[in-house]
Amino acid sequence: MSLIKSVLEGNRLSISRLLSQVENNSPESHAVLAELFPHTGKAHLIGVTGAPGTGKSSLVNQLALHYRKSDASRKKIAIIAVDPSSPFTGGAVLGDRVRMRDLSGDDCVFIRSMASRGSLGGIAQTTASFTQVFDAAGFEIIIIETVGAGQSEVDIARLAHTTIVVEAPGLGDDIQAIKAGILEIADVIVINKADRPGVEVTERALRSTLELAHPTKRVVRHHGKNMSTGDYSITQTDTNKIIWIPPINKTVATEGKGIAELAESIAKHADHLRQSGDWAARDRARLVSELDALIREDLMSRFLENIPQAKYDEVVEKVLNRDLSPYEAIKFLVNLTSTALPQGERDDGK
Amino acid sequence: MTEKKIRVLVAKPGLDGHDRGAKVVARALRDAGMEVIYTGLRQTPEMIAEAALQEDVDVVGLSILSGAHMALAPRIMELLKANGQENVKVFIGGIVPDEDMPRLKEMGITGIYGPGASTDDIIKDVREAVK
Repeated sequence: MSLIKSVLEGNRLSISRLLSQVENNSPESHAVLAELFPHTGKAHLIGVTGAPGTGKSSLVNQLALHYRKSDASRKKIAIIAVDPSSPFTGGAVLGDRVRMRDLSGDDCVFIRSMASRGSLGGIAQTTASFTQVFDAAGFEIIIIETVGAGQSEVDIARLAHTTIVVEAPGLGDDIQAIKAGILEIADVIVINKADRPGVEVTERALRSTLELAHPTKRVVRHHGKNMSTGDYSITQTDTNKIIWIPPINKTVATEGKGIAELAESIAKHADHLRQSGDWAARDRARLVSELDALIREDLMSRFLENIPQAKYDEVVEKVLNRDLSPYEAIKFLVNLTSTALPQGERDDGK
Repeated sequence: MTEKKIRVLVAKPGLDGHDRGAKVVARALRDAGMEVIYTGLRQTPEMIAEAALQEDVDVVGLSILSGAHMALAPRIMELLKANGQENVKVFIGGIVPDEDMPRLKEMGITGIYGPGASTDDIIKDVREAVK
């Protein structure tokens, strides 16, 4: 197939058209993805997430610019920018390109906007497949910008090698910082808009959170006594594994400040992943979660195919009238499909 | 979830800084269930063609209020064609004098909308054009 060849050669129109097919989940795209798959696994996937308005797009713009202009390796960059779809109309306004105009005119940068299309994890269902297309087409760094994420949109951590969580001053106190969720997935933390007031408070809150998660030995004077904090013995004796503590980078993305240091943190993290063996572990986790998602989708569509719409509506009506509980409804529907199977395939144990 | 969405690039080429109309149209197309890629102000024809290529859009909507449409539109059409995207439908919204309309249509512009155009008409025409 010539489409495969031209994607591998990096033809931009072919890549773009293939991405649309992948996004629309066309059966032909599955065949092409299968052909491309052996060519993947080379790119460094960098996820950028954080609350809306923290400056993710501007940061991605500057980071890509840095890789293209200042970094000696001049790597090819792909950017996947995800924005939310409307839950009511399915439409979307994808506006991340507005902040990325500095990157236009560079043939080694490819920016693609993507609507989340109903996915709730901060990226779209086909974002992982997008990274495979770019990876096979020879893009060495793939930056994935998630939708403006709140506290639990953490799918990006399963997809990316390095996850950057972007914070900004004034977004929340230290209680927000110790809640579970988005901070836990950070490999690198960025405080963007670091020229704004309140940056010290934000930094202190983030640092103390990190110290709770990664205790290090420290001696402090507390109520007039010298006290030592951090369970030093455990980290030393338990394992010889090197522990990665997420660095905190301060940036002003609109002015390009702190971007070189951020790129350095990202490079250090990539080195750490390779040395510790976590790179392979993350690749494995990513493929497992992708498989899980595909299985779920496939089983779900097969399951629904076997239920007549009228029957389904009837069950919904019963649940609505409180004649059936949702659990009973599921049992009923599952039994319905298993009896619909031909004799030989039926599980007679039930 | 597998249905094909209409993808539209809404762009403002040229130097005028009034993007209210572009935003209204972007929002209306969004509410009609389309995916709208909004690129912002002061785009060159090259930037627009590049974005259309990377985003694989079905439609490009240009907002031009500066009077430079006879220079900008042909250049954008030319670049789209050079990129192999001659199938992309191009619409213009803004201030276009009546006498320019036939020539724009001739160079392949699908629709032109002036002040007071209804968003319902635009939505209908876009859907019709990409059928």
